[in-house]
Amino acid sequence: MAAIFQGLGAATALSPSNCFDSNKLHFSSRRSLSGRKASFFVVRSDGSVNFASNSRDHRAQQMITNAVATKADNSAASTKAGHELLLFEALREGLEEEMDRDPHVCVMGEDVGHYGGSYKVTRGLADKYGDLRVLDTPIAENSFTGMGIGAAMTGLRPIVEGMNMGFLLLAFNQISNNCGMLHYTSGGQFTIPIVIRGPGGVGRQLGAEHSQRLESYFQSIPGIQMVACSTPYNAKGLMKAAIRSENPVILFEHVLLYNLKEKIPDEEYICNLEEAEMVRPGEHVTILTYSRMRYHVMQAAKTLVNKGYDPEVIDIRSLKPFDLHTIGNSIKKTHRVLIVEECMRTGGIGASLTAAITENFHDYLDAPIVCLSSQDVPTPYAGTLEEWTVVQPAQIVTAIEQLCQ
Amino acid sequence: MSSSTFSSMNTIKSSCFTTENHSLNPSSIIPTSSFLVSTHKLRFNTPTANSPPCFIKNRQTHIVAVSDVKQKQLKSTPSVGNLLITKEEGLELYEDMILGRTFEDMCAQMYYRGKMFGFVHLYNGQEAVSTGFIKLLKQQDCVVSTYRDHVHALSKGVPAREVMSELFGKTTGCVRGQGGSMHMFSKEHNLIGGFAFIGEGIPIATGTAFTSKYNREVLKQADCDHVTLAFFGDGTCNNGQFFECLNMAALWKLPIVFVVENNLWAIGMSHERATSDPEIWKKGPAFGMPGVHVDGMDVLKVREVAKEAVARARRGDGPTLIECETYRFRGHSLADPDELRDPSEKAHYAARDPITALKKYMIENKLAGEAELKAIEKKIDELVEEAVEFADASPHPDRSQLLQNVFADPKGFGIGPDGRYRCEDPKFTQGTAHV
Repeated sequence: MAAIFQGLGAATALSPSNCFDSNKLHFSSRRSLSGRKASFFVVRSDGSVNFASNSRDHRAQQMITNAVATKADNSAASTKAGHELLLFEALREGLEEEMDRDPHVCVMGEDVGHYGGSYKVTRGLADKYGDLRVLDTPIAENSFTGMGIGAAMTGLRPIVEGMNMGFLLLAFNQISNNCGMLHYTSGGQFTIPIVIRGPGGVGRQLGAEHSQRLESYFQSIPGIQMVACSTPYNAKGLMKAAIRSENPVILFEHVLLYNLKEKIPDEEYICNLEEAEMVRPGEHVTILTYSRMRYHVMQAAKTLVNKGYDPEVIDIRSLKPFDLHTIGNSIKKTHRVLIVEECMRTGGIGASLTAAITENFHDYLDAPIVCLSSQDVPTPYAGTLEEWTVVQPAQIVTAIEQLCQ
Repeated sequence: MSSSTFSSMNTIKSSCFTTENHSLNPSSIIPTSSFLVSTHKLRFNTPTANSPPCFIKNRQTHIVAVSDVKQKQLKSTPSVGNLLITKEEGLELYEDMILGRTFEDMCAQMYYRGKMFGFVHLYNGQEAVSTGFIKLLKQQDCVVSTYRDHVHALSKGVPAREVMSELFGKTTGCVRGQGGSMHMFSKEHNLIGGFAFIGEGIPIATGTAFTSKYNREVLKQADCDHVTLAFFGDGTCNNGQFFECLNMAALWKLPIVFVVENNLWAIGMSHERATSDPEIWKKGPAFGMPGVHVDGMDVLKVREVAKEAVARARRGDGPTLIECETYRFRGHSLADPDELRDPSEKAHYAARDPITALKKYMIENKLAGEAELKAIEKKIDELVEEAVEFADASPHPDRSQLLQNVFADPKGFGIGPDGRYRCEDPKFTQGTAHV
C-alpha cells in the first residue's frame, strides 16, 4: 500500500519539467486501488464509527475513484472528443477566443508581446493581433496598471499581466483606489472591466519576493472580484468569464500549475466566476481549498479514503465573494470543516473563510473549524525550509484524523 | 495656428512629425509610420527673454508664452483683428473664470457653515489654467483632475448644482454623494475623475489617451481624435508615476497634454525645497516631447499654448508637457492654516489675479463694457446661489444606497437575475441564496 502511495506522490509532485496528467493519474489509480478488498469504515459526523460490510464494497470503490477525479465531468470529457492542453495553453486559448470575439479585448504588461509572456500565456498573440493589442510595456507596474484602468473606463477590456504576482505590490495603489473603488466613487457611472492576472504562489525555491500569495492583501479591497484557477479546464473557463465580467477581476494563477495537462472540451464554455467547484463529494468532512493546495488535498484524500474517511473536497475558486451556497450545503451535510490554503496564516483567505463560516453556519458545526495555512515567514529559499513553509499532504491527513475523532 | 509659433518657443520638435498637414482632417491623423516610433531627432530652441517677473529664484529661464510671440507676429502684419480672442470667446472665458471663483468662495462659506465636511481644496487664483485649457475641448475629450477638481468639473460642463450637491453629500450630486470633494466624475462630460492621491490620475489619463489611439488604429475609427488633459501640481512632478507616464505617452505618441499647475507649494513644502531643478517644463524634452512654460495667471497666454498642444495631440503628433506658473490664493485646503507662505509672495500673485487681468484686457481692447461683465457676475452669483438652494433641498442618500455600485456586473456578484442587488437578498449573506 505504502509503495503505491509513494508512487502516486511522485506523479503529483509538480515541477515545470514534469507534466501532471490528471486523466492518466485517474486511470492508473483506479486500476491500482479498485482491487482493494479490505473492510471499510465510515466515520459519522457524531464521531461514531461503522465498519462497512462486504455488501458495500461497491460504494467504497466508487469513493476511491472519486478521490482522484479532479472534476466530475472530466472523466466524461476524456471519452468524448476534446483536446489535451497544458494549463498555460488553456489560458492562452481562452484569451485568444475572447480577443477574436471582441476587438476591445487587449493585453498589456511586461514582456507579453514579442517575448510571449514569462510563462508563455500570450505566446504568438502579438504576431496575430499586433503590438497595440498585445502591448509590451516598460517596467512600470503602477503606471501600466493605471493605464489599463483608464483604458477600461473608456471602453476597452484590458488584461493586465503581472509578470509575477508579487510585482503587483508596486501597483497596489491603482488596484485598490482606482480598480476597486472607482465604480463606487463615480456613483456607478464608470465601470472598470479589467482583468489583472499573473503567476503567484510558492514555486520551486524562488525566494521570498517571488513566492507571494497576494490574495490575502487584495481581499479587503472593496469592489474587486478574485478567482483562482487550478486546472486547465477551469483556467480557460475562468479567464473567459473574467474578461466578460464588468467587474475588475484578479485571476490568480500558480507558478507550479502551468504545466498541468488535461483534456478540455472542443466546444466553447465559460465557468461561473462566483461558483466553487465540487472536486470530490463525500460525507465526513468538508475540505475547502484552492489553487495548488487542491493537489496536496487530493493526495491526502487518497490516504484518507484508504483509512476509511470520506472527505468532501471543494475547490472554492472564487476567493471573493465566497460561494457560501456550495460551502454551506456541504457543511450542513458533513458538519466539519478543514481549510487548506497556501496563503499566510495571519489575515489570509482561510481566516476570512473561517469568519464567514462561523458567522453563517455556526449552528451546523460539530467541531471547531481547522485551518491549515502557510507559516508566517518570508518564504525561505532552501528547499527543506520552503517545504515546511507550505502545508504538506501528511499534515492534512493528521488534521482530518484529529478533526474526525 | 502654425507650427512656427510653437517651435519659436522653448520646445522640442521631432523631425519625424509631418508638418505639411495640420488640419483636423481625420485622414491626416492616421500615422503613416509603424507603431513603434522611430528615433527622434531633437532640436532645442532657447527661450526668448522678454517675460514677466518670476517668483522662482532658481529659474534660469523666464516665463515665455506663445502669446508674446504671437502678438509680435500679428503686429508685424497690420490688421484690425489684432486680438487674441473674439468678443464671444472673451465673454465665455470670463464667465467660466467667474463661475470658478464664485463657486469656490461659496464652498468656503458653506464649509464654515457646516454644510460640507472633510478635505475641501479650493482653486482660487488658478482659474486661468482650467478655463484656458478646458474651454478649448470637445465633449468627447477627457479631463483627468486631482483632489482640487471642482473647477475642472465646472469648466468641463458639469452643472454647478450637481457639484455643489455632491459637496453637500446629497443623492443629486454628480456621483450621488458617494465621492465628495475629491472624487468628482461625469461620464457624460468625460470628466474621468478627481483623483485624491498624488499622481494616480496620470496613469489613468495615459489610459484614456491610449483608448483614443486604440480606437483609431485598432478599431479603425478614423474620426476618433479625442484628446486627454491630465492636470496635476508641482508636488506631483517628483512622483514616479509622472515620469513613468511621460515615458509611455511619448513612446506611443499618445494624444495627451500633461498640464502642471505649478502653484509653488505642495501644502507646506515649497517647490524650491522639493525639486532639484524647479523648471518642470524641462522634463518634457528629456522624454522627447515639447516642454512649455507659460504664465498661468494669464488666461490668454494659457489658451494660446493650450491650443497648440491640443491641436498637436489631435493630429496624432503626441504629448506635450506644459508648466503653468500659477498661485493658489487660499491655503492648500480649508483645513490648512497657511502659515508658511510669505505675505509678499501672496501679495505679488494677488496683484496678478487672472480674472482682473482678463477684465482689464477686455475693457482696454473694447471687447466688452463694464456693464456687460457686471451682468455676467450677477448671472453667476444667481447660478451659484441656486446651486446651494438645490443642494440644500436635495435628499440625503437612503440606507439602501450604501451597498449599491460596489460591483458593476449584473451577471455577477452585484445584481441578480431579478435586477435587484444580491446584497439586498437576506439569503445572500446567509449563504442560502443561489449564486
